Amino acid sequence: MNAGDTAFVLIGAAMVLLMTPGLAFFYGGMVRKKNILSVLMQCFILMCLVSVQWVLFGYSLSFAPGEGFWGGFRWLGLNGVGLEPYADYAATIPHQAFMIFQAMFAIITPALIIGAFAERMKFSAFLTIIVLWITFVYDPVCHWVWGLGGFLRNLGALDFAGGTVVHINAGIAALITALVIGKRKNLKKNIPTPHNMPFVVLGTGLLWFGWFGFNSASALAANGLAVNAFVVTNTAAAAAGLSWAIIEWLKNGKPTIFGVCSGAVAGLVAITPAAGFVSVIPAIIIGSMVSVFCFFAVTALKPRLNYDDSLDAFGVHCVGGIWGALATGLFASKAVNQAGADGLFFGNPGLLFIQAKAVAITLIYSAVVTFVIYKVVDLVIGVRVKEKEELVGLDITQHHERAYSVLE
Amino acid sequence: MKLIIAIIQPEKLEEVKEELYKQEVNLITVSEVLGHGRQKGTTEVYRGAKETGNLLKKVRLEIAVNENFVEPTIKAIIKGAKTGETGDGKIFVLDLKECIRIRTEERGGIAIG
Repeated sequence: MNAGDTAFVLIGAAMVLLMTPGLAFFYGGMVRKKNILSVLMQCFILMCLVSVQWVLFGYSLSFAPGEGFWGGFRWLGLNGVGLEPYADYAATIPHQAFMIFQAMFAIITPALIIGAFAERMKFSAFLTIIVLWITFVYDPVCHWVWGLGGFLRNLGALDFAGGTVVHINAGIAALITALVIGKRKNLKKNIPTPHNMPFVVLGTGLLWFGWFGFNSASALAANGLAVNAFVVTNTAAAAAGLSWAIIEWLKNGKPTIFGVCSGAVAGLVAITPAAGFVSVIPAIIIGSMVSVFCFFAVTALKPRLNYDDSLDAFGVHCVGGIWGALATGLFASKAVNQAGADGLFFGNPGLLFIQAKAVAITLIYSAVVTFVIYKVVDLVIGVRVKEKEELVGLDITQHHERAYSVLE
Repeated sequence: MKLIIAIIQPEKLEEVKEELYKQEVNLITVSEVLGHGRQKGTTEVYRGAKETGNLLKKVRLEIAVNENFVEPTIKAIIKGAKTGETGDGKIFVLDLKECIRIRTEERGGIAIG
Protein backbone atom coordinates (compact mmCIF):
# COMPACT_ATOMS: atom_id res chain seq x y z
CA MET A 1 0.00 0.00 0.00
CA ASN A 2 1.20 3.50 -0.78
CA ALA A 3 0.36 6.52 1.40
CA GLY A 4 0.88 9.04 -1.41
CA ASP A 5 -1.40 7.16 -3.80
CA THR A 6 -4.10 6.76 -1.18
CA ALA A 7 -4.03 10.45 -0.24
CA PHE A 8 -4.13 11.45 -3.90
CA VAL A 9 -7.09 9.24 -4.76
CA LEU A 10 -9.07 10.39 -1.69
CA ILE A 11 -8.48 14.04 -2.54
CA GLY A 12 -9.39 13.24 -6.16
CA ALA A 13 -12.65 11.68 -4.94
CA ALA A 14 -13.50 14.82 -2.96
CA MET A 15 -12.75 16.95 -6.02
CA VAL A 16 -15.06 14.85 -8.20
CA LEU A 17 -17.80 15.16 -5.58
CA LEU A 18 -17.49 18.96 -5.81
CA MET A 19 -18.18 18.74 -9.54
CA THR A 20 -21.84 17.91 -8.87
CA PRO A 21 -22.58 21.16 -6.98
CA GLY A 22 -20.46 22.83 -9.65
CA LEU A 23 -22.67 21.32 -12.34
CA ALA A 24 -25.71 22.41 -10.31
CA PHE A 25 -24.62 26.05 -10.59
CA PHE A 26 -23.55 25.62 -14.22
CA TYR A 27 -27.05 24.36 -15.05
CA GLY A 28 -28.84 26.45 -12.41
CA GLY A 29 -27.59 29.71 -13.89
CA MET A 30 -28.90 28.69 -17.30
CA VAL A 31 -32.53 28.09 -16.30
CA ARG A 32 -35.13 30.76 -15.57
CA LYS A 33 -35.17 32.03 -12.01
CA LYS A 34 -38.41 30.25 -11.19
CA ASN A 35 -36.62 26.91 -11.72
CA ILE A 36 -33.14 27.27 -10.25
CA LEU A 37 -33.90 25.50 -6.98
CA SER A 38 -35.36 22.53 -8.83
CA VAL A 39 -32.06 22.11 -10.69
CA LEU A 40 -29.94 22.56 -7.55
CA MET A 41 -32.22 20.12 -5.74
CA GLN A 42 -32.03 17.50 -8.47
CA CYS A 43 -28.22 17.65 -8.48
CA PHE A 44 -27.90 17.70 -4.70
CA ILE A 45 -30.36 14.88 -4.02
CA LEU A 46 -28.32 12.70 -6.39
CA MET A 47 -25.36 13.06 -4.04
CA CYS A 48 -27.56 11.58 -1.32
CA LEU A 49 -29.41 9.02 -3.43
CA VAL A 50 -26.57 7.56 -5.48
CA SER A 51 -24.15 7.50 -2.52
CA VAL A 52 -26.51 5.13 -0.71
CA GLN A 53 -27.34 3.08 -3.82
CA TRP A 54 -23.62 2.71 -4.52
CA VAL A 55 -22.57 1.21 -1.19
CA LEU A 56 -25.70 -0.97 -0.97
CA PHE A 57 -25.56 -2.57 -4.43
CA GLY A 58 -24.34 -0.18 -7.14
CA TYR A 59 -20.66 -0.83 -6.58
CA SER A 60 -21.24 -4.59 -6.58
CA LEU A 61 -23.26 -4.48 -9.82
CA SER A 62 -20.56 -2.36 -11.45
CA PHE A 63 -17.31 -3.78 -10.20
CA ALA A 64 -17.73 -7.26 -8.73
CA PRO A 65 -15.73 -9.50 -11.11
CA GLY A 66 -17.78 -11.45 -13.62
CA GLU A 67 -18.36 -11.81 -17.32
CA GLY A 68 -22.10 -11.41 -17.30
CA PHE A 69 -24.46 -8.52 -17.90
CA TRP A 70 -23.20 -6.84 -14.75
CA GLY A 71 -20.93 -7.61 -11.81
CA GLY A 72 -23.52 -9.40 -9.73
CA PHE A 73 -24.27 -9.34 -6.04
CA ARG A 74 -21.08 -10.61 -4.44
CA TRP A 75 -20.11 -7.23 -2.96
CA LEU A 76 -23.56 -6.18 -1.70
CA GLY A 77 -23.33 -3.69 1.15
CA LEU A 78 -19.56 -3.56 0.54
CA ASN A 79 -19.29 -7.10 1.81
CA GLY A 80 -15.69 -8.09 1.12
CA VAL A 81 -14.74 -4.56 0.02
CA GLY A 82 -12.25 -3.74 2.71
CA LEU A 83 -9.27 -1.59 3.57
CA GLU A 84 -6.75 -3.84 1.84
CA PRO A 85 -5.98 -3.21 -1.84
CA TYR A 86 -7.83 -5.15 -4.53
CA ALA A 87 -4.92 -5.54 -6.92
CA ASP A 88 -6.93 -6.05 -10.13
CA TYR A 89 -8.32 -2.51 -9.82
CA ALA A 90 -5.66 -0.62 -7.86
CA ALA A 91 -2.76 -2.37 -6.20
CA THR A 92 -1.50 0.41 -3.96
CA ILE A 93 -4.62 1.88 -2.32
CA PRO A 94 -7.32 0.42 -0.05
CA HIS A 95 -10.17 -1.19 -1.97
CA GLN A 96 -12.61 1.24 -0.34
CA ALA A 97 -10.63 4.22 -1.65
CA PHE A 98 -11.20 2.91 -5.19
CA MET A 99 -14.85 2.27 -4.35
CA ILE A 100 -15.52 5.82 -3.06
CA PHE A 101 -13.65 7.41 -5.96
CA GLN A 102 -15.92 5.48 -8.33
CA ALA A 103 -18.99 6.51 -6.31
CA MET A 104 -18.43 10.13 -7.31
CA PHE A 105 -18.56 9.18 -11.01
CA ALA A 106 -21.83 7.35 -10.45
CA ILE A 107 -23.23 10.52 -8.84
CA ILE A 108 -22.30 13.01 -11.53
CA THR A 109 -23.30 10.87 -14.52
CA PRO A 110 -27.08 10.98 -13.95
CA ALA A 111 -26.72 14.64 -12.89
CA LEU A 112 -25.51 15.46 -16.41
CA ILE A 113 -28.82 14.24 -17.87
CA ILE A 114 -30.75 16.88 -15.86
CA GLY A 115 -29.79 19.46 -18.49
CA ALA A 116 -32.04 17.78 -21.06
CA PHE A 117 -35.32 17.79 -19.15
CA ALA A 118 -34.76 20.83 -16.92
CA GLU A 119 -37.79 23.00 -16.11
CA ARG A 120 -40.49 20.40 -16.75
CA MET A 121 -40.08 17.08 -14.87
CA LYS A 122 -42.00 16.03 -11.76
CA PHE A 123 -39.66 15.50 -8.81
CA SER A 124 -41.12 12.11 -7.89
CA ALA A 125 -40.71 10.93 -11.48
CA PHE A 126 -37.16 12.28 -11.52
CA LEU A 127 -36.19 10.21 -8.47
CA THR A 128 -37.79 7.06 -9.87
CA ILE A 129 -36.21 7.41 -13.31
CA ILE A 130 -32.77 8.06 -11.83
CA VAL A 131 -32.80 5.07 -9.46
CA LEU A 132 -33.77 2.81 -12.37
CA TRP A 133 -31.28 4.49 -14.70
CA ILE A 134 -28.21 4.15 -12.49
CA THR A 135 -29.13 0.54 -11.73
CA PHE A 136 -29.98 -0.65 -15.25
CA VAL A 137 -27.90 1.67 -17.42
CA TYR A 138 -24.96 3.13 -15.51
CA ASP A 139 -24.00 0.06 -13.48
CA PRO A 140 -23.97 -2.39 -16.44
CA VAL A 141 -22.15 0.00 -18.81
CA CYS A 142 -19.63 0.80 -16.09
CA HIS A 143 -19.07 -2.93 -15.65
CA TRP A 144 -18.62 -3.53 -19.38
CA VAL A 145 -15.97 -0.83 -19.71
CA TRP A 146 -14.12 -0.89 -16.38
CA GLY A 147 -15.24 -3.98 -14.44
CA LEU A 148 -13.15 -7.12 -14.28
CA GLY A 149 -14.57 -9.41 -16.98
CA GLY A 150 -16.46 -6.57 -18.70
CA PHE A 151 -16.68 -7.33 -22.43
CA LEU A 152 -15.68 -3.88 -23.70
CA ARG A 153 -12.66 -3.93 -21.40
CA ASN A 154 -11.73 -7.35 -22.75
CA LEU A 155 -12.22 -6.05 -26.28
CA GLY A 156 -9.45 -3.51 -25.66
CA ALA A 157 -11.56 -0.33 -25.72
CA LEU A 158 -9.77 2.56 -24.02
CA ASP A 159 -11.68 4.88 -21.69
CA PHE A 160 -9.32 6.48 -19.22
CA ALA A 161 -11.73 8.46 -17.05
CA GLY A 162 -15.21 7.92 -18.41
CA GLY A 163 -15.81 9.34 -21.88
CA THR A 164 -17.99 6.36 -22.74
CA VAL A 165 -19.26 5.36 -19.30
CA VAL A 166 -20.05 8.89 -18.17
CA HIS A 167 -20.44 11.31 -21.04
CA ILE A 168 -21.71 9.31 -24.03
CA ASN A 169 -23.91 7.28 -21.71
CA ALA A 170 -25.48 10.33 -20.04
CA GLY A 171 -25.51 12.37 -23.25
CA ILE A 172 -27.55 9.91 -25.29
CA ALA A 173 -29.91 9.37 -22.35
CA ALA A 174 -30.33 13.15 -22.38
CA LEU A 175 -31.32 13.19 -26.05
CA ILE A 176 -33.84 10.38 -25.60
CA THR A 177 -35.39 12.05 -22.55
CA ALA A 178 -35.61 15.43 -24.30
CA LEU A 179 -37.33 13.76 -27.27
CA VAL A 180 -39.93 11.85 -25.26
CA ILE A 181 -40.73 14.50 -22.65
CA GLY A 182 -41.29 17.11 -25.37
CA LYS A 183 -40.55 20.79 -25.52
CA ARG A 184 -41.10 23.36 -22.83
CA LYS A 185 -44.21 25.54 -23.17
CA ASN A 186 -44.12 28.87 -24.98
CA LEU A 187 -40.67 28.15 -26.36
CA LYS A 188 -41.16 30.05 -29.60
CA LYS A 189 -42.74 33.15 -28.12
CA ASN A 190 -40.44 33.47 -25.18
CA ILE A 191 -36.97 32.03 -25.66
CA PRO A 192 -35.68 31.21 -22.16
CA THR A 193 -32.42 33.01 -21.46
CA PRO A 194 -30.01 32.15 -18.63
CA HIS A 195 -31.16 33.99 -15.51
CA ASN A 196 -27.76 34.20 -13.82
CA MET A 197 -24.69 34.08 -16.01
CA PRO A 198 -22.25 34.53 -13.08
CA PHE A 199 -23.54 31.19 -11.69
CA VAL A 200 -22.71 29.56 -15.04
CA VAL A 201 -19.16 30.88 -14.77
CA LEU A 202 -18.85 29.82 -11.13
CA GLY A 203 -20.08 26.34 -12.03
CA THR A 204 -17.64 26.07 -14.91
CA GLY A 205 -14.77 27.03 -12.61
CA LEU A 206 -15.74 24.36 -10.11
CA LEU A 207 -16.09 21.79 -12.89
CA TRP A 208 -12.68 22.61 -14.36
CA PHE A 209 -11.09 22.32 -10.89
CA GLY A 210 -12.91 19.09 -10.06
CA TRP A 211 -12.02 17.60 -13.43
CA PHE A 212 -8.37 17.40 -12.34
CA GLY A 213 -9.56 14.88 -9.76
CA PHE A 214 -11.77 13.16 -12.33
CA ASN A 215 -9.04 12.63 -14.92
CA SER A 216 -5.79 12.84 -13.01
CA ALA A 217 -6.79 10.65 -10.06
CA SER A 218 -8.10 8.10 -12.58
CA ALA A 219 -4.43 7.08 -12.76
CA LEU A 220 -5.20 5.70 -9.27
CA ALA A 221 -1.66 6.62 -8.19
CA ALA A 222 0.33 9.78 -7.62
CA ASN A 223 2.65 9.15 -10.55
CA GLY A 224 3.73 10.35 -13.97
CA LEU A 225 0.55 9.13 -15.62
CA ALA A 226 -1.48 11.31 -13.25
CA VAL A 227 0.68 14.28 -14.20
CA ASN A 228 0.17 13.56 -17.90
CA ALA A 229 -3.60 13.42 -17.36
CA PHE A 230 -3.50 16.70 -15.40
CA VAL A 231 -1.52 18.51 -18.10
CA VAL A 232 -3.57 17.32 -21.08
CA THR A 233 -6.84 17.97 -19.23
CA ASN A 234 -5.90 21.58 -18.58
CA THR A 235 -4.60 22.02 -22.12
CA ALA A 236 -7.66 20.58 -23.84
CA ALA A 237 -10.06 22.67 -21.74
CA ALA A 238 -8.06 25.80 -22.53
CA ALA A 239 -7.85 25.09 -26.27
CA ALA A 240 -11.58 24.35 -26.43
CA GLY A 241 -12.53 27.54 -24.58
CA LEU A 242 -10.39 29.58 -26.97
CA SER A 243 -11.73 27.77 -29.98
CA TRP A 244 -15.38 28.32 -29.02
CA ALA A 245 -14.71 32.04 -28.49
CA ILE A 246 -13.09 32.33 -31.93
CA ILE A 247 -15.97 30.50 -33.62
CA GLU A 248 -18.46 32.88 -31.97
CA TRP A 249 -16.38 35.90 -32.87
CA LEU A 250 -16.29 34.89 -36.53
CA LYS A 251 -19.91 33.76 -36.72
CA ASN A 252 -21.81 36.09 -34.41
CA GLY A 253 -19.53 39.09 -34.23
CA LYS A 254 -18.85 38.91 -30.47
CA PRO A 255 -17.36 36.26 -28.18
CA THR A 256 -19.41 35.50 -25.05
CA ILE A 257 -18.48 34.25 -21.58
CA PHE A 258 -21.24 31.65 -21.99
CA GLY A 259 -19.42 30.45 -25.12
CA VAL A 260 -16.04 30.21 -23.40
CA CYS A 261 -17.63 28.26 -20.54
CA SER A 262 -19.42 25.90 -22.94
CA GLY A 263 -16.17 25.38 -24.83
CA ALA A 264 -14.15 24.67 -21.69
CA VAL A 265 -16.67 22.06 -20.53
CA ALA A 266 -16.74 20.48 -24.01
CA GLY A 267 -12.93 20.32 -23.95
CA LEU A 268 -12.96 18.64 -20.54
CA VAL A 269 -15.50 16.12 -21.82
CA ALA A 270 -13.47 15.31 -24.93
CA ILE A 271 -10.16 14.80 -23.13
CA THR A 272 -11.72 12.54 -20.48
CA PRO A 273 -11.34 9.19 -22.29
CA ALA A 274 -7.96 10.22 -23.72
CA ALA A 275 -6.30 11.83 -20.68
CA GLY A 276 -4.14 8.82 -19.80
CA PHE A 277 -3.22 7.88 -23.37
CA VAL A 278 -2.37 11.03 -25.33
CA SER A 279 0.29 13.72 -25.09
CA VAL A 280 -0.04 17.46 -25.11
CA ILE A 281 -0.16 18.36 -28.84
CA PRO A 282 -3.01 15.90 -29.52
CA ALA A 283 -4.74 17.46 -26.48
CA ILE A 284 -4.72 20.83 -28.24
CA ILE A 285 -6.20 19.25 -31.38
CA ILE A 286 -8.83 17.37 -29.37
CA GLY A 287 -9.76 20.54 -27.49
CA SER A 288 -9.92 22.93 -30.41
CA MET A 289 -11.90 20.48 -32.59
CA VAL A 290 -14.48 19.58 -29.96
CA SER A 291 -15.78 23.14 -29.92
CA VAL A 292 -16.39 22.96 -33.67
CA PHE A 293 -18.47 19.78 -33.32
CA CYS A 294 -20.36 20.89 -30.21
CA PHE A 295 -21.02 24.40 -31.58
CA PHE A 296 -22.50 22.78 -34.67
CA ALA A 297 -24.60 20.36 -32.60
CA VAL A 298 -25.98 23.11 -30.37
CA THR A 299 -26.61 25.83 -32.96
CA ALA A 300 -27.42 23.89 -36.13
CA LEU A 301 -28.32 20.28 -35.34
CA LYS A 302 -30.67 21.06 -32.45
CA PRO A 303 -32.88 23.54 -34.35
CA ARG A 304 -32.93 21.27 -37.39
CA LEU A 305 -33.93 18.14 -35.48
CA ASN A 306 -36.27 20.28 -33.41
CA TYR A 307 -35.83 18.80 -29.92
CA ASP A 308 -35.67 20.79 -26.70
CA ASP A 309 -32.50 19.69 -24.89
CA SER A 310 -32.85 22.63 -22.49
CA LEU A 311 -29.22 23.01 -21.43
CA ASP A 312 -27.52 21.00 -24.20
CA ALA A 313 -26.58 17.89 -22.26
CA PHE A 314 -26.60 15.94 -25.54
CA GLY A 315 -24.91 18.61 -27.64
CA VAL A 316 -21.97 18.97 -25.28
CA HIS A 317 -21.60 15.65 -23.44
CA CYS A 318 -22.62 13.11 -26.06
CA VAL A 319 -21.12 14.87 -29.07
CA GLY A 320 -17.98 15.83 -27.13
CA GLY A 321 -17.76 12.34 -25.62
CA ILE A 322 -17.99 10.61 -29.00
CA TRP A 323 -15.27 12.86 -30.42
CA GLY A 324 -13.10 12.16 -27.36
CA ALA A 325 -13.55 8.39 -27.65
CA LEU A 326 -12.75 8.38 -31.37
CA ALA A 327 -9.86 10.81 -30.87
CA THR A 328 -8.42 8.35 -28.37
CA GLY A 329 -8.41 5.85 -31.21
CA LEU A 330 -6.50 8.36 -33.33
CA PHE A 331 -3.98 9.81 -30.90
CA ALA A 332 -3.35 7.17 -28.20
CA SER A 333 0.29 6.27 -27.84
CA LYS A 334 2.12 3.58 -25.89
CA ALA A 335 4.87 6.12 -25.31
CA VAL A 336 2.46 7.90 -22.95
CA ASN A 337 1.03 4.80 -21.30
CA GLN A 338 2.50 1.30 -21.67
CA ALA A 339 -0.77 -0.23 -20.49
CA GLY A 340 -2.70 1.56 -23.24
CA ALA A 341 -2.44 1.04 -26.98
CA ASP A 342 -1.28 2.83 -30.12
CA GLY A 343 -3.89 4.70 -32.16
CA LEU A 344 -4.29 5.29 -35.90
CA PHE A 345 -1.59 7.97 -36.07
CA PHE A 346 0.83 5.65 -34.29
CA GLY A 347 0.35 2.81 -36.75
CA ASN A 348 -2.62 0.93 -35.32
CA PRO A 349 -5.91 1.58 -37.16
CA GLY A 350 -7.54 -1.30 -35.29
CA LEU A 351 -7.95 0.77 -32.13
CA LEU A 352 -10.16 3.31 -33.88
CA PHE A 353 -12.49 0.48 -34.90
CA ILE A 354 -12.62 -0.87 -31.36
CA GLN A 355 -13.35 2.61 -29.99
CA ALA A 356 -16.15 3.11 -32.53
CA LYS A 357 -17.63 -0.26 -31.58
CA ALA A 358 -17.64 0.62 -27.86
CA VAL A 359 -19.28 3.96 -28.66
CA ALA A 360 -21.98 2.34 -30.81
CA ILE A 361 -22.80 -0.34 -28.25
CA THR A 362 -23.10 2.25 -25.48
CA LEU A 363 -25.25 4.56 -27.61
CA ILE A 364 -27.67 1.80 -28.56
CA TYR A 365 -27.92 0.20 -25.14
CA SER A 366 -28.32 3.45 -23.23
CA ALA A 367 -30.84 4.85 -25.72
CA VAL A 368 -33.07 1.78 -25.67
CA VAL A 369 -33.08 1.22 -21.91
CA THR A 370 -33.53 4.92 -21.16
CA PHE A 371 -36.56 4.95 -23.46
CA VAL A 372 -38.07 1.90 -21.75
CA ILE A 373 -37.47 3.33 -18.26
CA TYR A 374 -39.06 6.64 -19.23
CA LYS A 375 -42.13 5.00 -20.72
CA VAL A 376 -42.66 2.71 -17.72
CA VAL A 377 -42.39 5.57 -15.22
CA ASP A 378 -44.63 7.76 -17.38
CA LEU A 379 -47.26 5.03 -17.45
CA VAL A 380 -47.20 4.46 -13.68
CA ILE A 381 -46.84 7.95 -12.17
CA GLY A 382 -46.51 10.40 -15.09
CA VAL A 383 -43.27 12.22 -15.79
CA ARG A 384 -44.14 15.72 -16.86
CA VAL A 385 -45.54 18.42 -14.58
CA LYS A 386 -48.94 19.96 -15.34
CA GLU A 387 -48.94 22.93 -17.70
CA LYS A 388 -49.87 25.37 -14.95
CA GLU A 389 -47.06 24.05 -12.73
CA GLU A 390 -44.59 24.51 -15.54
CA LEU A 391 -45.71 28.11 -16.07
CA VAL A 392 -45.54 28.95 -12.37
CA GLY A 393 -42.15 27.24 -12.06
CA LEU A 394 -40.84 24.08 -10.44
CA ASP A 395 -39.36 25.76 -7.35
CA ILE A 396 -42.77 26.69 -5.95
CA THR A 397 -44.76 23.78 -7.36
CA GLN A 398 -42.33 20.92 -6.67
CA HIS A 399 -40.51 22.14 -3.57
CA HIS A 400 -42.59 24.97 -2.03
CA GLU A 401 -39.53 27.20 -1.98
CA ARG A 402 -38.25 30.05 -4.04
CA ALA A 403 -34.69 31.18 -4.64
CA TYR A 404 -35.06 34.92 -4.57
CA SER A 405 -37.27 37.26 -2.60
CA VAL A 406 -38.32 40.55 -4.14
CA LEU A 407 -38.55 42.61 -0.95
CA GLU A 408 -36.19 42.49 2.11
CA MET B 1 -57.10 59.45 -22.35
CA LYS B 2 -57.02 56.69 -19.76
CA LEU B 3 -54.28 54.92 -17.85
CA ILE B 4 -55.03 51.24 -17.45
CA ILE B 5 -53.24 49.45 -14.65
CA ALA B 6 -53.60 45.69 -14.44
CA ILE B 7 -52.29 43.29 -11.80
CA ILE B 8 -52.06 39.76 -13.20
CA GLN B 9 -50.49 36.37 -12.49
CA PRO B 10 -46.86 36.31 -13.69
CA GLU B 11 -47.38 33.16 -15.75
CA LYS B 12 -50.19 34.89 -17.68
CA LEU B 13 -47.99 37.71 -18.99
CA GLU B 14 -47.23 36.02 -22.29
CA GLU B 15 -50.87 35.36 -23.08
CA VAL B 16 -51.93 38.89 -22.12
CA LYS B 17 -49.20 40.38 -24.29
CA GLU B 18 -50.35 38.30 -27.20
CA GLU B 19 -53.97 39.40 -26.80
CA LEU B 20 -52.88 43.04 -26.56
CA TYR B 21 -50.85 42.76 -29.74
CA LYS B 22 -53.94 41.40 -31.51
CA GLN B 23 -55.73 44.64 -30.55
CA GLU B 24 -52.71 46.63 -31.75
CA VAL B 25 -51.93 47.80 -28.26
CA ASN B 26 -48.14 47.73 -28.35
CA LEU B 27 -47.04 50.23 -25.75
CA ILE B 28 -46.92 48.65 -22.33
CA THR B 29 -44.76 48.95 -19.25
CA VAL B 30 -44.32 45.84 -17.12
CA SER B 31 -43.00 45.52 -13.58
CA GLU B 32 -42.71 42.76 -11.01
CA VAL B 33 -44.70 43.50 -7.87
CA LEU B 34 -45.74 41.71 -4.69
CA GLY B 35 -49.22 41.58 -3.30
CA HIS B 36 -52.21 39.54 -2.36
CA GLY B 37 -55.93 39.91 -2.51
CA ARG B 38 -58.55 37.99 -0.60
CA GLN B 39 -56.92 34.62 -0.99
CA LYS B 40 -53.86 35.54 1.13
CA GLY B 41 -52.54 32.46 -0.54
CA THR B 42 -49.16 30.97 -0.05
CA THR B 43 -47.60 27.63 -0.64
CA GLU B 44 -44.13 28.25 0.66
CA VAL B 45 -42.56 26.21 3.45
CA TYR B 46 -39.18 26.98 4.92
CA ARG B 47 -37.59 24.11 6.81
CA GLY B 48 -40.96 22.79 7.84
CA ALA B 49 -42.41 26.13 8.99
CA LYS B 50 -45.32 27.10 6.80
CA GLU B 51 -45.45 30.78 6.04
CA THR B 52 -48.92 32.25 5.93
CA GLY B 53 -50.07 35.64 4.72
CA ASN B 54 -47.09 35.79 2.45
CA LEU B 55 -47.01 38.22 -0.43
CA LEU B 56 -47.16 36.62 -3.81
CA LYS B 57 -45.38 37.64 -6.96
CA LYS B 58 -47.60 39.43 -9.47
CA VAL B 59 -47.00 41.34 -12.65
CA ARG B 60 -48.21 44.94 -13.05
CA LEU B 61 -49.00 46.34 -16.48
CA GLU B 62 -49.38 50.04 -17.22
CA ILE B 63 -50.96 50.98 -20.50
CA ALA B 64 -51.89 54.50 -21.57
CA VAL B 65 -54.59 54.57 -24.27
CA ASN B 66 -56.96 56.89 -26.11
CA GLU B 67 -60.69 56.48 -25.38
CA ASN B 68 -61.45 54.22 -28.36
CA PHE B 69 -58.81 51.73 -27.15
CA VAL B 70 -60.07 51.43 -23.57
CA GLU B 71 -62.59 48.60 -24.04
CA PRO B 72 -60.44 46.53 -26.44
CA THR B 73 -57.54 46.78 -23.99
CA ILE B 74 -59.65 45.69 -21.03
CA LYS B 75 -61.11 42.79 -23.03
CA ALA B 76 -57.66 41.69 -24.16
CA ILE B 77 -56.30 41.64 -20.60
CA ILE B 78 -59.28 39.63 -19.40
CA LYS B 79 -58.99 37.19 -22.29
CA GLY B 80 -55.33 36.59 -21.56
CA ALA B 81 -55.39 36.53 -17.76
CA LYS B 82 -58.68 34.93 -16.75
CA THR B 83 -58.72 31.39 -15.37
CA GLY B 84 -61.77 31.76 -13.13
CA GLU B 85 -59.75 31.04 -10.00
CA THR B 86 -58.91 33.40 -7.15
CA GLY B 87 -55.74 35.32 -7.81
CA ASP B 88 -56.46 36.18 -11.44
CA GLY B 89 -55.94 39.87 -10.60
CA LYS B 90 -57.53 43.29 -11.12
CA ILE B 91 -57.78 46.01 -13.74
CA PHE B 92 -57.91 49.70 -12.75
CA VAL B 93 -58.89 52.43 -15.18
CA LEU B 94 -57.77 55.98 -14.36
CA ASP B 95 -58.30 59.30 -16.09
CA LEU B 96 -55.10 60.52 -17.63
CA LYS B 97 -54.56 64.28 -17.63
CA GLU B 98 -51.64 64.62 -19.93
CA CYS B 99 -49.16 62.63 -21.97
CA ILE B 100 -45.94 63.99 -23.41
CA ARG B 101 -43.58 62.28 -25.80
CA ILE B 102 -40.14 63.37 -24.66
CA ARG B 103 -38.43 63.07 -28.04
CA THR B 104 -40.78 65.39 -29.92
CA GLU B 105 -42.49 67.23 -27.03
CA GLU B 106 -45.84 66.33 -28.61
CA ARG B 107 -48.72 66.39 -26.14
CA GLY B 108 -52.05 64.64 -25.72
CA GLY B 109 -53.63 61.84 -27.74
CA ILE B 110 -51.06 61.98 -30.49
CA ALA B 111 -48.27 61.33 -28.01
CA ILE B 112 -49.86 58.11 -26.74
CA GLY B 113 -49.98 55.95 -29.85
